[in-house]
Amino acid sequence: MGDDHHHGPLAHHFDALEQQSQAATLGMWLFLATEVLLFAGLFCAYTVYRATHPEVFEFASKYLDTKWGAINTVVLIASSWTVALAVRSAALGQRQKTSILLVLTLFGAAAFMGIKGVEYSHKFHRDLVWGLYFNPENAKPHQEQIEAWKKEWAREKAHEGYGEEEIAIRPASADYGARDPELSPPQSSAVPIPPLQPAGSAQAHDDETVGPVYYSLDKVRNVHQFFGIYFCMTGLHALHVIVGAIVIVWILLRNVRGDFTPEYHTPVHLAGLYWHLVDLIWIFLFPLLYLIG
Amino acid sequence: MSLDSPNSYLKKTHCILGYKGQTGILSYLLTLDHKRIGVMYLISTMTAFLVAGLLALGVRTELLSPEKIMVTPQQYNRMFTLHGAIMIFLFIIPSVPAALGNIILPIMLGAKDVAFPRLNLLSYWLWIVGAVTALVAISQGGIDTGWTFYTPYSTSARPGVIAMAVGVFILGFSSIFTGLNFMVTMHKLRPPGMTWFRMPLFLWALYATALMQIIATPVLGITVVLLGVENIMGVGIFDPKLGGDPVLFQHFFWFYSHPAVYIMIVPGFGIISDVISIHARKHIFGYSFIAFSSVAIAILSFLVWGHHMFTSGQSTVVNVIFSALTFTISIPTAVKIYNWIATLYKGSIQFTTPMLYALAFIFLFTIGGLTGFPLATLATDVHLHDTYFVVAHFHYVMMGGLVIAMLAGLHHWWPKFTGRMYSETWGRVACALIFVGFNITFLTQFLMGAQGMPRRYYTYVPEYQIYHQTSTAGSYVLGLGFLVMLLYLVHSLFKGRPAPANPWGGATLEWRCSSPPRYDNFETTPTVGDPYDFSDLRYDPSIGGWISNDAPVAAGKAS
Repeated sequence: MGDDHHHGPLAHHFDALEQQSQAATLGMWLFLATEVLLFAGLFCAYTVYRATHPEVFEFASKYLDTKWGAINTVVLIASSWTVALAVRSAALGQRQKTSILLVLTLFGAAAFMGIKGVEYSHKFHRDLVWGLYFNPENAKPHQEQIEAWKKEWAREKAHEGYGEEEIAIRPASADYGARDPELSPPQSSAVPIPPLQPAGSAQAHDDETVGPVYYSLDKVRNVHQFFGIYFCMTGLHALHVIVGAIVIVWILLRNVRGDFTPEYHTPVHLAGLYWHLVDLIWIFLFPLLYLIG
Repeated sequence: MSLDSPNSYLKKTHCILGYKGQTGILSYLLTLDHKRIGVMYLISTMTAFLVAGLLALGVRTELLSPEKIMVTPQQYNRMFTLHGAIMIFLFIIPSVPAALGNIILPIMLGAKDVAFPRLNLLSYWLWIVGAVTALVAISQGGIDTGWTFYTPYSTSARPGVIAMAVGVFILGFSSIFTGLNFMVTMHKLRPPGMTWFRMPLFLWALYATALMQIIATPVLGITVVLLGVENIMGVGIFDPKLGGDPVLFQHFFWFYSHPAVYIMIVPGFGIISDVISIHARKHIFGYSFIAFSSVAIAILSFLVWGHHMFTSGQSTVVNVIFSALTFTISIPTAVKIYNWIATLYKGSIQFTTPMLYALAFIFLFTIGGLTGFPLATLATDVHLHDTYFVVAHFHYVMMGGLVIAMLAGLHHWWPKFTGRMYSETWGRVACALIFVGFNITFLTQFLMGAQGMPRRYYTYVPEYQIYHQTSTAGSYVLGLGFLVMLLYLVHSLFKGRPAPANPWGGATLEWRCSSPPRYDNFETTPTVGDPYDFSDLRYDPSIGGWISNDAPVAAGKAS
């Protein structure tokens, strides 16, 4: 059996391009299923640790910059859109347009990785990392961060119907650095805070509604639990972005070479599917990591 | 081509051991042909089997006495860990699907190849890379965690664990790609007439296996990635020192590894269904029940992982649920056993070597299955957990089950893909040795396990010595059986009688093409009928094989 009657992209064991394309597409979907299951392990770990340490997760999530996360979400969704258009233009045989759209998708990937890099370097600078290398001393929130949290807290309280003066009497010393510079003594696990009474009520509230607990030492001490998961999830995702970008570069080169026709453009389609998966996983990661605080 | 006699055909062209003009080693290593990839898998996995088997003999030899015989306790721990890890990840999981499945599946289906031949080759090379990585683990001092790599012991920065985790991850992808390839092949490459319910039961079994490989293996992938990351970077997911939960590792691990035992055994079920029907010359009993029971096992296998963790501090409610779900697995399994026995009933049973293995399988697997009940029962499991009873149970299922089934399949299809017949006499001798040796080895382990001998121990109190010595003696008989098998199989490659196209009288498609098959399997796409209807076949003594009633003078036997 030689390859002497080689019919372009049709492999010898298929009868028709249609059948070959269907097989490849089914294979890709199955592969995507395995990718989802690969991430499922991490989502499961996330669920377990968030269920057992909800306060750590909610607090630690505040360290993430929602702005960057949101921009990255938009970037990825936009790149998903351009790759979808690329698949369409490949199906229509518009070679040049396909190339342009693939390049745009690559820009999206690069932008995402750039922003991710900025975020990661912020975290690394402050040792906001996983268990072994985590340094709670450096993880203490900065003054401006505390100010931002204070404002956010005041906004929330105002929204809940507290009077302005009640919010205003919160002592400035309630922040961490002024009161308790040492992390080591375990007895001062939370910054002592005078109780705050809501308007028209003399009742003391439970921990969650009492006072501006911007953070406590326990929480700072444990944020590495969150960041362990954070770096595993976003790291694996970033790896997928890189792999996806490499695949798209390869598809782009093949497109420039003129491999694809309206009859045969399955690889573009499959690369697009893969890129959508990368996008989809981020769409779950963003709220679970950034928006829970 | 079918006009040639097998012998001249073998010499002329398209031999599995060298297609015309393609006999070099590279033509093998870079081949895209499913049969050759299957043969490479077969050689590689059998090599792994040999290595792991020798390790097992080493373990058994050391246990002849509670004192040191040849290795230190530390070396002993490494030996049984490697025995388990190599057997599981390098041999049992790929043995039937990747080796026999690759060779047989496309031919049985009537296809020219699997859907993705390049992926198939990649999968093989991933296996090799995974195996080499495991060697790196050994060179780094080996691992002594047991094949389950339980945390936190495995997270204490052991270099061997990191290499082994990388190796297992790579092997996992090898397995995923095989499963994915097979599933797509069965969906998209069935020729006209090959409906789902005309597929031989081996294919149904491979389909169920592929389903499990695709769904379960990625979870193993992420588990060993996290284990490796935990070891390298201390990420704090499994390590309690850093706030992690070691029991979570057990959940992750068994979420894969319980389906994995069905990844191992279900293809064996498929082989047995085909072998029993063909060698009993009788239509398989309860075809659709056997087919669906494979799928049922595949689904249920995902719901029972907690039964490995009855003593890990799970809540009682969880334990009761997992125990109950575990019992339900016995239903589809028993459906298969009863259907096989019903197939044998009033069949004209030919005691060929494959059939002897199939009968041994039914016997051994039933013991293995029934001894699962006391382990699935909460009260008795507390006593039997981590004793030799468990060791004996899973060896009855894995070795008495899958390995014996694999040998049945190997002997059944050996003439097909090598084009040579092996010696029936020696085949039966080896089968008897393996059967007897196996039972001596592992029945004694049930006894000492029930009396409390813990597994994995280097030493023991004198009361257990007689059991250990009996078990070790049995393992030598077992080893001898495999040695005999190796000798006559290799002998057959060079001196064996050329095999006819259909030596056993099978009605499935692989018996319609020549032995060995040509490069793209069939000259013309074959017509598909009932895979278990033997009425169309008759024995032709002149070629020592079976031919179709319709084509009496075809195949040019006169030459």
